[in-house]
Amino acid sequence: MAVSAVEAQGVTKVFGSGAGEVRALDEVDVAIRQNEFFTLLGPSGCGKTTLLRLIAGFEQPTSGEILLEGQPIAGTPPFRRPVNTVFQSYALFPHMSVAQNVGFGMEMLGKDRRTIAETVERTLDLVKLGGLAGRKPAQLSGGQQQRVALARALANRPKVLLLDEPLSALDLKLRKEMQIELKRLQGETGITFVFVTHDQEEALTMSDRIAVMSAGRILQVGSPTEIYEKPTRRFVADFIGETNFLAAEVVAGEAGSLRVRLPGGRELSVLDAFEHKPGQTVTLAVRPERAELAEGGAEAQLAGRVENLVYFGTDTTYHVGLEAGGGFVVRLQNREGARRRHEVGASVGIRLPAEAVQVLRD
Amino acid sequence: MAEATAARAAPARRRRKGFQTRRFPGLATFSAIFFGYLYLPIVILVALSFNANRTATIWTGFTTGWYGRALANGDMLQAAGNSLTIAVSAMVLSTVLATLGALGMSRRRFRGRTGVTALLSLPLIVPEIVTAVATLLFFVALGLQLGLATVILAHTVFCIPFAYLPIRARLEDMDPALREAAADLYANEWKSFLRVILPLLLPGILSGAMLAFIISLDDFVITFFTAGAGSTTLPVYIFSLIRMGVTPEVNAISALMLLISITFVSLSFVLASGKHRI
Ligand SMILES: Nc1ncnc2c1ncn2[C@@H]1O[C@H](COP(=O)(O)OP(=O)(O)OP(=O)(O)O)[C@@H](O)[C@H]1O
Ligand SMILES: [Mg+2]
Repeated sequence: MAVSAVEAQGVTKVFGSGAGEVRALDEVDVAIRQNEFFTLLGPSGCGKTTLLRLIAGFEQPTSGEILLEGQPIAGTPPFRRPVNTVFQSYALFPHMSVAQNVGFGMEMLGKDRRTIAETVERTLDLVKLGGLAGRKPAQLSGGQQQRVALARALANRPKVLLLDEPLSALDLKLRKEMQIELKRLQGETGITFVFVTHDQEEALTMSDRIAVMSAGRILQVGSPTEIYEKPTRRFVADFIGETNFLAAEVVAGEAGSLRVRLPGGRELSVLDAFEHKPGQTVTLAVRPERAELAEGGAEAQLAGRVENLVYFGTDTTYHVGLEAGGGFVVRLQNREGARRRHEVGASVGIRLPAEAVQVLRD
Repeated sequence: MAEATAARAAPARRRRKGFQTRRFPGLATFSAIFFGYLYLPIVILVALSFNANRTATIWTGFTTGWYGRALANGDMLQAAGNSLTIAVSAMVLSTVLATLGALGMSRRRFRGRTGVTALLSLPLIVPEIVTAVATLLFFVALGLQLGLATVILAHTVFCIPFAYLPIRARLEDMDPALREAAADLYANEWKSFLRVILPLLLPGILSGAMLAFIISLDDFVITFFTAGAGSTTLPVYIFSLIRMGVTPEVNAISALMLLISITFVSLSFVLASGKHRI
């Protein structure tokens, strides 16, 4: 297998000391592949920016090691790392024009003026700022500044591009356009993108792989489908999309297959990746659109009553109060005639296809 | 409930009280007297420098003759030349040192940082006469010949805090991510300094330099103690003239110094307000 573009091995970063100590990263292990669109996804303060800063070299890990294309880079200062950053705060040089900002990296690398001028022009066109080359950053809107920051980092064609929420200041339309543009660019240039966002939809649509972070740890790394369909932890299932959680008791099981007893007493066979033992309680995650409603019936695993329904046009969301306690959300597509609508107050059964149920690790 | 009302009322009362202080009835009159006391003597001095009559108290007509005489005075020109040499040297040296100091202090938080800041601004607090005597004793102990060099050395030291403060203020306003962005874009420490930090710091540096220049140019006490024969500066020369009586010529020289001071202080303010926001 090819060497990783970026690899973190047991990386811990602690800020401050004593009582004010903040563990921004806690034993992070991750390998980012060459030419990959890799996304760090997580809530505010989970350590995304810190991980980028360690890769860029602005901070040194408290312990652990970071490798760039297989080489440890602990002793390499930021200006010798073939890595460029799109800063969360943009950090544009206020005394330089847009063109000078974008050309700065190439100038430092000693490129000739013609090459710089051409690349600057091309890159500015790419981020749709063609006419603004002569402006100062203070004369630009927030979204325009963000695109200058993007152009400034892109223009150098680094091996790895670190993007810290580079689209957060853009309006929805421009944001969608830039998402497509970034994705295309990444494919064409072969640059490895490490992309930070806390927008789950952005992460799902753009990434080759996603790392979901929480409180300084990486909880799960996988393709968007894996992260969405096969979350291994409650936090991941909860953070991305909507999820129903059920506590169930293991009654029998071996070699990756479990027989579990659901609330209400019915039993179900599910796949398990974590070697749970009979007698243990496990958490099951079920996406609302993967469950089905049945008319009471014997084949249903859960029984309840429709408490509320919300019509979304393309689909309808049913909030069901379970007989065994707790709520459950089911989302059904509104394909005309394909399904019966259930009214508020109606008794319903909820069918859980075995492949719709994900057994969580914790 | 009552407690909450009281808590809300408290800041309002405080605000009203502050307002009353500002409306203190005699304030305008008091201010007028204060500013009159400060500036009237200077206005009179400038006016008398244009007085045709030699006696200070009798106005007989307008003349620029005293300025002509002052500018033709060899001793005066020599003193002015010394002042300029000293002020420019002290300005350059103290500004360079202050810039390096400010950069070093901003690099990272270290133990004793507050202490260093205090040490840097100490010359602003220590009575000048103490500094003057101490410096003189120090030079004598070292066996240094008093002259232009010793004055420049002494001036550089007490100019540093004046140059340091505006530079430090400017640096504090600078987004630390800019340095990181420069490093991220392949600029080594030196290029990052030349292309990013220095241009952004320049208004602060120039402002600091102007202040240092003017402080050095105006200094009397320390110069008086550390200057040797032949290194007399303008303030010291004026003092020696005054001992023989105030002449319109002295007024003219003083007015010229005032003009230079005002020019530099204004420049310093304009530069400190800067054109780039950082
Ligand atoms: N220089 C620092 N000194 C002290 N604590 C820090 C420092 N930098 C970051 N932290 C702390 O480390 C944690 C992680 O911060 P980080 O900036 O990496 O979060 P983030 O995931 O990028 O959040 P956001 O989405 O809000 O940008 C936070 O608790 C933060 O307060
Ligand atoms: Mg961040």
